[in-house]
Formats: sequence, C-alpha cells, structure tokens
Amino acid sequence: MDGLTLQLLGLQLFTGLALGSIYVLLAVGLSLIFGMLTVVNFAHGAFFMVGAYAGYSLYQYVPNFWLCLVAVPVVTGCIGIVVERFLVRPLYGRGIDYPLLLTFGLAYVMVELIRIQFGKQGLPVDTPESLQGAVDVFVGPFPLYRLFVIGVTALVLAALWLFIEKTSFGLVIRAGARDPVIVRVLGIDISRVWLIVFGIGTGISGLAGYLSAPMQGIAPEMGGNVLIVAFVVTVVGGMGSLTGAVVAGLLIGVVESLTAFMFPEAAKVSMFVIMAFVLLVRPLGLFGRAGLMS
Amino acid sequence: MKNLNKLAYALCLASALGASAAHAQNATPIRIGLPVPLTGPYGAEAKDQVRNAELAVKEFNDAGGLDGRKAELLVRDDKLNPGEAAQRALDLIEKDKVNYIVGGLSAATQLSTNNITKQRKVIYISISQSDAINEAADMSRYTFHEAFNPHMTTQALGRHLFKKGMRIAFLTADYAYGHEMARGFTAVAEEMGAKIVGEVKHPLGTSDYSIFLPRLQALKPDILIFNNFGRDNQISIKQAGEFGMKKNTQFATPVLLYTARQAAGPKVYENVIGATSYYWAIEDKSPSAKALNDHYKAAYNGAYPSDYGALAYSAVKSLLEAVKKAGTTDTEKVVDTLAALKYDTYKGPQYYRACDHQSVQSVLIIESKEADPKNPDDVFKIVDEVPPTEDILRSCAELGFK
Repeated sequence: MDGLTLQLLGLQLFTGLALGSIYVLLAVGLSLIFGMLTVVNFAHGAFFMVGAYAGYSLYQYVPNFWLCLVAVPVVTGCIGIVVERFLVRPLYGRGIDYPLLLTFGLAYVMVELIRIQFGKQGLPVDTPESLQGAVDVFVGPFPLYRLFVIGVTALVLAALWLFIEKTSFGLVIRAGARDPVIVRVLGIDISRVWLIVFGIGTGISGLAGYLSAPMQGIAPEMGGNVLIVAFVVTVVGGMGSLTGAVVAGLLIGVVESLTAFMFPEAAKVSMFVIMAFVLLVRPLGLFGRAGLMS
Repeated sequence: MKNLNKLAYALCLASALGASAAHAQNATPIRIGLPVPLTGPYGAEAKDQVRNAELAVKEFNDAGGLDGRKAELLVRDDKLNPGEAAQRALDLIEKDKVNYIVGGLSAATQLSTNNITKQRKVIYISISQSDAINEAADMSRYTFHEAFNPHMTTQALGRHLFKKGMRIAFLTADYAYGHEMARGFTAVAEEMGAKIVGEVKHPLGTSDYSIFLPRLQALKPDILIFNNFGRDNQISIKQAGEFGMKKNTQFATPVLLYTARQAAGPKVYENVIGATSYYWAIEDKSPSAKALNDHYKAAYNGAYPSDYGALAYSAVKSLLEAVKKAGTTDTEKVVDTLAALKYDTYKGPQYYRACDHQSVQSVLIIESKEADPKNPDDVFKIVDEVPPTEDILRSCAELGFK
C-alpha cells in the first residue's frame, strides 16, 4: 500500500481510540438506564439531539462554552426526569416492550418539535476558540477538541463509577437494580431512585450531543445514527454493563478505524460484523449478566 | 318584441355561461411540481430552491401569466431518497395533475424522477448535477438539465487547478454524484499530466470523518478534492482542517456552495477553491443577475440567492418563458419551444444542446475568502470565468446519441 508506515498505523489506531471514546460517551446513558431500570430507552438519540439544540439555544443567551457545558446536561436531565415521572413510570411492572414503544414514539415527537422550532435544515456550531486547532500526539497532528472530548468522557465515567460504587445512594441504586421488591420492603422509595437514574442517563445523552455539535454541526436527525451506535455498543458490551460499554466502545472505534484504513467502504459495516459475532459467541454481550431481559 | 327580448336574455345567459367557462379555464393554474430534499443533509440548499422557484412563479404571475392564466408551485419533500422521489413524482402527476416538474437535488433522486416523467411524457427540468441524465439511456425528449453536469464542472475546475506532476487525492461520497465527479477529475488530470494518488469513499450522510483522514494525510497530496455535497461537504472540510491538513494541501471541491460557506463560516472554507454555476457578484457584468438579486433581496430580507437556489429560479423562469412563447401549456409544443430557446434568465446567455438537452452555460471558478466587513455576503473571489462552451461537455457521440 502507498505510504504504509508504522507512524500512519499508529495515528489510525489513535483515531480509532478517540472515536471509540466518543462512542462510549454516546452509549453510557443508554446502558445506565437499561442496567438500573431495565428500560430500553429508544429516545436516547432524541435526547442526544435535544442536548445539542439546548446548547445551541443557551449559547445565544449565554455565549460561554463552559457554562453551557454544565447547563446542558442539567436541562436534558430535567426533561428526562419529567418524561420518567409522567410517561415511563405508569409502565413499570408491565413488559419490557411497553417503555420501549413509548420512548420510540417519544423520539419522533421530540424530533418533530425541534423541526418546528428550529427548522428542518441543520445548523453549524463553531468549535470554541480555546479548543481549536491541532496538536501533535507523537504519531501526527490531532484535533485538540477531540482530545478534550476524550477527557470529558473519562471524567464522566470516573464520576459515574464513584457515584454508583462508592456512595450510599449508589448502593441503593445497585440494590434496586438487583431486587426492587426487597428494597421497597426495607422502606426505601425506589421510584425516587429510578427518577434520578433516568435523569442522569438522559443528562449524559444531552452532554454527548452538546459535545458532538462542534464536530458535526446539529440537525434534527442527528440522533438517528447515534441511537444505532449506542445500541451496538451496549449490546456488544452487554446490556446494562458500564465496563462493557467502555470496552465495546473502544473496540468498535478501533476496528472501524482500522477497517477504514484497509477498506474504507466497509468501515460502517464493521461494527455490525462485531455485533453479530459477539451475539453468536456470547449472546449476553461481553460483560452482560443474565436475567435482565426476562 | 317579446321574442326578441327572450332571445337577448338567452344570449346574455349564454355569453355569461361561456364567459364563466372561459374564466374557469383561466383559473386552472399552470401547475409546476417541485420535489426537493427539504429534510436531510441538503436541506439548506433545497429550501433556497423553493424560495427561488416561488420568486420565478410570482414574477410570471405579476406579468400577467399566460393570458391571465396563473402558475402555481407544488413543493414536495423527497427526503433525498430515490424511492420517495419516484413516489412524489408519481403523486404530482397522477393526483395533483401537474403540467411540469422541476427539481431533484441529488444525482440519484433526479434519475428516479426522470424515470417517471419519461414514462408519463411530462417535462422534467433537473436542477442538480448528474452525468447519467445526459446519456442516451436516461435522456428523453422530455428531459432537460439546467444544472451543470459533473463532467463540465470537473473539466472547468481541473483545467484551472491541475498542473503537470501534481498529486491529487479524493474524498468521495459513495454514490452517483461522488463517483461522477471523481471520474471527471481523473479524466482531466490525465489530460493535464497530474497524478491521482488515492481515493477514500465515505457513505452519504457521514458525521465523523476522522477515521478516513490519516490515510489521506499519508498520501501527501498537493490537492485534496472533496467530492461530496451539502452538510457532508461542510463537516468533512471542517474536520480535515482540524486535523491540520490545510498546511500542505490545497482543498478543492467541485461545487463550492454559497449556502455551505455561509453556514460554516470563513474559517472552515478558508482558501477552498471550487466551481459554481452562480455567485451573486457577477451582477456587475450581468443585468439579469442584477435583476434576480434585486428581486430576491426585496422578497427575502436583503439576502442573496444561492447557486443551487438560482438554478431553480432559472429552470422555472425559462420553462414559463417557453410556455408564454409557445402560447400554450401543451407539453409537445413547450418541449419544442424550450429546446430551441435562447434564454438569459439570471447569469448570461444559455441554451439547451440539441442532443442531450444539457444547458450550455458559463462556469465560475471561485475561492472562499474572509467576508468584506461592509457586506457579510461577499464571501467568494471569482478567480476565473469559463464562457458558455460545448467544449467542456462530452460529445453527443460519447453520450450514445446517434
């Protein structure tokens, strides 16, 4: 091949890891909500898109990237909380397909509302001044903004891990995921816990949308692709496993990048090949635990 | 006397009836269907096509229409999907009884629309790039092509840009538009003695190009050509710039879009070179461009018409001009008039070549620049202008016409 060097391979690998960590960020919100609530949130992509638009609108009033970075997950999280309280909650105790169909329909409603408000065509979003340009990452130049997104992803994951594993509230969440009836018997208001988990999950989706905006602009349909990627990552990693989402996201990013390098036309399909293979060998995904879907 | 009265009364009644019948005929508007991809990555361009087509219809109606018969525009969203486009074209013809169809904003949707209009013998003026639509297999008596085709675009741009021994690489959208552009550039590169060093294809509507870029970087091209369009074009040029590729490589794109440049801003498109069918600044030289700009600005808050938008204007304008000249909406007669029409709707003289109904017209080579602070719409520098010539078209024989 023309110009195949170790350095080029290294840059391609690095690009794949970077893409993978963006995939992780896309998938974490979905995985969290499924793992704790067994709600398959089909509106995940729509929350991603709403996050991007919320950031765009907020920025018109508060032209500060960092303030919006904090505000956007709060806004989308609040929307998520309202959705959980009034739409998802009445469906607990029924089959897993009830909330799935509800959120599926909700996604359409959200996309149409955004189209009505902001128009059908997309809008461009500038990369913040201080994060523009490329930096040298030993193997070659790499956009600073993408490095920043990787950093934010790592922070979000660390915070999430600490919250779930090291706080008493996290203990309740984990207990609730294992056996909600016993948790209730112990006198804990489990519905409040679920409300908050749903809010956190949608808040992270919104954050991912906000962070993606400077890379790809925003459009009402931008969540469609994301939902697919997030599902593939979640399924490959194992439904409900955060570790699984991280490993699967990075794996898919790297495989996609290396496929793009050898055979660009097959890049998009590579993640589905991985998914098919993983499902054949380990139907629960790499880190999945049994019983969640039943 | 009484009988005479009766007769007069009957005559009155009859003439009133006749008049109202004639009036009803006048009231049936000339219907033009406009299927464009309002949703999806080409939404911004499609929206401006609607604005421009509406302007052309309004001008026709304000000038009295066809002996008082007004024109009417029926806008449909084809969602950039060939199946959807075929369905929309069919509905427009069968249900809405349109007289003509103008539109299509991708090589694929315009070919599927053309398939329908060909069968139904309805005039179709396509306003988006395609090589296939000129070829004997797809072309019909009812097919007209107002937009450039990739061959003429790449010929004009390649002759301007390529030098002997240059290294050229492509980032190509993996569908008809991208393929045809890449083919055109490959041909002109050969003529100019430049070398195509590699091509990376990406799916239509890609939002992350990072994984395609290292390979292109490694090819060390002098010129990187983005054979994609609309939002894909904006995002890929932006991301390639962020990877620092502009330092050693000239970015070019066959169609440098006014809408994309306006939307993405000066930094993304800094120093990017491309071709275009229209840029408003030619109004200094072309009175028809001046007229279009003035009408458009008056109608739409001082904005200028975009390149692809103006194609819709010109297509509808020239079509209605032909209708007026033919004095009828009869398809066969309008086809003959349109095919013979010499028109100057918005940028200078144009005509349809006899064999393939390709509009022969000027090509502008433009470069993106920082906007003039006095006029934020002054975003391009015209670096070259190729006058209307059949020289940059494939010959009729090459297209398969006998």
